[in-house]
Amino acid sequence: MSTPLVVTKRMMDHPTDSHTMERYEATGGYVQARRALGMTRDELVEEIKASGLLGRGGAAFPAGMKWSFLAPARPSYLVINGDESEPGTFKDRQLLERDPHQMLEGVIITAIANEVHHAFIYIRGEYPKPARRVQAAVDAAYARGYLGSGIFGSGYDLEVTVHLGAGAYICGEETALINSLEGFRGEPRLKPPYFPAAKGLYMQPTIVNNVETVSNLPHILDMGAKAYTELGHVLDTGTFLLSVSGHVNRPGNYELPHGITWRQLIYDIAGGMRDGKELKALIPGGASSPWFVPAIHLEDQITKDVCAEAGSMLGSGAVIVMDETTCMIRAAERVVRFFAHESCGQCTPCREGTTWLEMVLRRIEEGQGRAIDLDLLLDVSDNISVGLAWPPRMTTICPLGPSAVSPILALRDYFRDEVDAHVELGGCPFKRVEAHA
Amino acid sequence: MPEQEPVTVTIDGVEHQVAAGSLLISAAQDNGTYIPRFCWHERMKPVGMCRMCLVEVQGPRGPMLVTSCTTTVADGMVVDSRNQTVKKAQEGVLEFLLANHPLDCPVCDKGGECPLQDQAFSHGPGESRFVEIKRNYEKPIPISDLVLLDRERCILCARCTRFSDEISGDPLIEFQSRGNLTEVNTFPDLPFSSYFSGNTIQICPVGALTSTQYRFRARPWDLVMVESSGQHDTVHPRLSIHASQNQILRFVGVDNDATNHGWMSDKERFGFEYLGSPERVTTPLLRRNGELVEVGWAEALDAVAERIGLVRDDDGGGAFAVIGGAHGTNEDAYALSKFARVVLGTNNIDARLDDSLSSHFLAATVDRALISDLDDADTVLVWGPDLKEEHPTLYLRVRRAAQELGVKLVVVHPRASGLDDRASMKLGYRPGGGFALLDEIAEGMHPEVSAALSAAKVVVLAGQACHADGPRLAESVAAHVRNKAGSARILPLARRGNIFGALDMGLAPDLLPGRVTADDAGRAGLAESWGALPTARGKDTRAMLEGLDSGDIRMLLLVGADPIRDMPDPRQAALALEAAEYVVSIDLFVHDSNREADVILPASAFGEKEGTATNIEGRVQKLNMLSPGPGQTRPDWSILDDLAEHAGRPIGLASAELIAKEVSTVAPAYDGILWDLLEWEARDGAVVPLGGSQSLKHIPVAVKGTKAPSAPLTLHVARTLYDDGVMMRHTATLHRLAPGPVVHLNPEDAKKAGAQDGHVVKVVTKHGEGEFTAVLDAGTPPGVVFVPFNQPGGAPLGTEAVVRVTAVTK
Repeated sequence: MSTPLVVTKRMMDHPTDSHTMERYEATGGYVQARRALGMTRDELVEEIKASGLLGRGGAAFPAGMKWSFLAPARPSYLVINGDESEPGTFKDRQLLERDPHQMLEGVIITAIANEVHHAFIYIRGEYPKPARRVQAAVDAAYARGYLGSGIFGSGYDLEVTVHLGAGAYICGEETALINSLEGFRGEPRLKPPYFPAAKGLYMQPTIVNNVETVSNLPHILDMGAKAYTELGHVLDTGTFLLSVSGHVNRPGNYELPHGITWRQLIYDIAGGMRDGKELKALIPGGASSPWFVPAIHLEDQITKDVCAEAGSMLGSGAVIVMDETTCMIRAAERVVRFFAHESCGQCTPCREGTTWLEMVLRRIEEGQGRAIDLDLLLDVSDNISVGLAWPPRMTTICPLGPSAVSPILALRDYFRDEVDAHVELGGCPFKRVEAHA
Repeated sequence: MPEQEPVTVTIDGVEHQVAAGSLLISAAQDNGTYIPRFCWHERMKPVGMCRMCLVEVQGPRGPMLVTSCTTTVADGMVVDSRNQTVKKAQEGVLEFLLANHPLDCPVCDKGGECPLQDQAFSHGPGESRFVEIKRNYEKPIPISDLVLLDRERCILCARCTRFSDEISGDPLIEFQSRGNLTEVNTFPDLPFSSYFSGNTIQICPVGALTSTQYRFRARPWDLVMVESSGQHDTVHPRLSIHASQNQILRFVGVDNDATNHGWMSDKERFGFEYLGSPERVTTPLLRRNGELVEVGWAEALDAVAERIGLVRDDDGGGAFAVIGGAHGTNEDAYALSKFARVVLGTNNIDARLDDSLSSHFLAATVDRALISDLDDADTVLVWGPDLKEEHPTLYLRVRRAAQELGVKLVVVHPRASGLDDRASMKLGYRPGGGFALLDEIAEGMHPEVSAALSAAKVVVLAGQACHADGPRLAESVAAHVRNKAGSARILPLARRGNIFGALDMGLAPDLLPGRVTADDAGRAGLAESWGALPTARGKDTRAMLEGLDSGDIRMLLLVGADPIRDMPDPRQAALALEAAEYVVSIDLFVHDSNREADVILPASAFGEKEGTATNIEGRVQKLNMLSPGPGQTRPDWSILDDLAEHAGRPIGLASAELIAKEVSTVAPAYDGILWDLLEWEARDGAVVPLGGSQSLKHIPVAVKGTKAPSAPLTLHVARTLYDDGVMMRHTATLHRLAPGPVVHLNPEDAKKAGAQDGHVVKVVTKHGEGEFTAVLDAGTPPGVVFVPFNQPGGAPLGTEAVVRVTAVTK
């Protein structure tokens, strides 16, 4: 199928130098930023609202509405969340590395719309090359007067600071990110009262937007909100970057319109299952999301609402595909271990609960599982995420704890027999010999 | 802030009217519903971390579990604290907490007073399903000389780290690592040497933080407990004395809303070992043939009474000197005051050791502040000692006012102080240069300071920042603020135990009990109760010492005082005590000043007698007795009453409570202050004068001061919390924390003197010299040399500001 590319167009057309200022300006770059300088805050907010742009960091919150929530106190700040750490997500990496100016122009537009004069781009510490590319882009923009005092010859000042994280998934949570930026431990803040739009960075009103989200902005201003809505499914507008990984022939990032099906994604776009194996399970929206199985979900459309109705989420668009050779307990343990490792430790249920879940799953995988262990896992999960609902009802400060529960729901709903087999066998029927990743 | 209308909240089906803006957990508690909790503490900001206080609240999208400690009450809120969902959440949290918690109860100090035990029993699941391996740590580890940390027991509630950051300003412990591996710990090579570390032990909800002093000493159900007010800090923080078998084992903070909010310094908390020291004087000692021998009370009192009679007959009241009385109760001080005037016939009496402000200013300034005035001031000016060292409980209140309540803090001090990081403005000056700086401020050369001092409500904490300042600077500062501010409140600072109670009872040459001047009118008021009073003008401590040296004064009564070590310039004291004809000491220990005395009478100490004491804001509180002191010790008032009998001039003080009754009738400012009041209606204490009237109302007077010395180095001598004072000397746990004979030098000055960190230097002033260990300290500005006062191994340097420093170690 032919898909109009939006945020990946430049890097696909010019794979060697899409990240440079020269190529960016040669392909229409920094025109919309200049236009934005001549628009009012209200005009910009309304345009983005009309485009229906949803946040691309995983929460899918309407970007225009987020901007309109900005409290009146000044100064206000803009923070770009480049902490991409959800397992299975690697699309922001590509945008940062291959088209940093696109994001930067989006930063400028967002800053103008929110009366921001200092923006921070927070990039996870494990992305040194993307960070270097972004810093080079920022430096080039400063050199041409596109950043600094009086950008593009106007009276508007805008400073941009690039900041590296130090290896914590939880710093992708916006208030933990803000804490990290301020030099504190990367721990989420209580909301209320610390909603960033009201009390964010340095307790000032702050907009936190994802890399992909702001990368869309120059294009929205260019084509107009209406044209943008026509690019995709009417409720999910624009295109959408999906990272596909796992047991497929062509893992990678794909810019797609909303509405294709999982079958199309896996078997057409991603080249089908490797070695011709059977699809066993897929994680639709990053490690936090409840799993899907082919018997139930293969024909579903990939949209935010269809995913939600099916009891999961599209999240940041990270698809992990598992074939028939995969031990589901081992996979579940691997995901739960990630969350236990990344828990910030502030609140009791997540700090103690995720590690407990990890230990039980490992015990089952290593052959010391008991018949009661799955019910134990579910009850411990219930004490983290009440009712095992999705979206979760938390006993915790942030959704990390409840995220760890998702794999366990999959074991309960689809792979109970595999758990039983581990218990009865006293070991893993798949007998993988390689060491854990 | 204007009073808001109460709001209606329904908790478990019952409607309550609760204060608007209050936290749900607090409002529930005040209305009879206890919500279990670990991380929440009434005196700190809520963090919602432990999740134990989850309750279900009806929201627009249905019932929600929220932490009641972070939820503010709203009108119409409907709360369930006991339904199935909440109970399951509570059991869940407890099971999670107990998952990695070691089964240490039989060997854990906290057992019996442990919130985790209590709530596991009341709200927990009864059994744990955790069969995996628990977290292990090396346990315990000392994180300071006073505190041990057991990370296995820690439930990561962050009470200790939050206290250290939010309340004490000593963020020396912090969470490290992440997730399940999170632990509380110190930073490398930086122990938890906070003056307030003991508070974390008290608020820790488990046995993770324990005290080296108290560890393994007792079970709480074995302890006898009695409430009292600490006397190391003139704020008199409220505390509870815990003892077993008549031996005091620990002090625990009690929340008094007016003063300490439950906190106290480590000196207050751990500084009681001297009470049980085997070196306490427990029998009267009489000098015979050059040696002090133990005698009975009758013989000792007879000897003293006889000498009193001789001296009084020969030379009259002027030949007596009474120094001390600042460490006893008000009842002790009143007895001493009456004894001096009635039995000795003298006004030569002073509880100060030539190191305090004027008696009238301390006792009876107009516009005296309450500690709570700090909370709603626009500006607070602190010009005096480093509060963290000399008034630690007050330091916490000032810190809170500046940090949480938006108060603008101005600090004036010769070097870095504990409040600098909360100060909007900090001014330094060289010791001896205080008056010059005050002139500068008055002339408008520091416009932001002047603007701050011209605010509507200004509170000034005025004290003597360093010995070179002299006693009149603080009063001049207070006078200046009174002229500038819309409305000024003054808190004169003095640091010795119950000095404010002592002055209120008339332990100064120019004061009589009840904030009355020792003039004819004052004497007339007392005549009915005390009879005729001496009219000769009394001498203060310095003049008394001079009199002893010259022989004009023949007999000295020293009550709980050690002038040789405790006076800024002790030369006079040494000469005086050497020359004195007859010295009687009422004290707890033999020390440098009473070692050569003729008679030492053993006194009761803190916790060994009932009485009252008056704190820095004029608040009278009841001190209670746990058990009588060792041996034949007796309260001061009892010794003096007996001595008066032996001397043929009885003063009729039959019991401490009767003394309090007498005080309430003869001391105008203490009208209405009876033990009953303090034990029932006024448990937080009562500020005198109750009715609001006192005859002496001292208006602070500004004087002209000396010029700043122009020498390259000026000497700043000031006290540190731990030193070689008599009580500290006999409290091993704290004595070893005293800085010792050190001198703080700015690195530039050190370089000029050729001194390196840790090397020995010689410090010389006009009136003293000694060898000290150099500490290079950027917080001590160039041109200023800081020597902590009265340290073990130290040497007195006098009060002159000019100083020379030369390196000894090459």
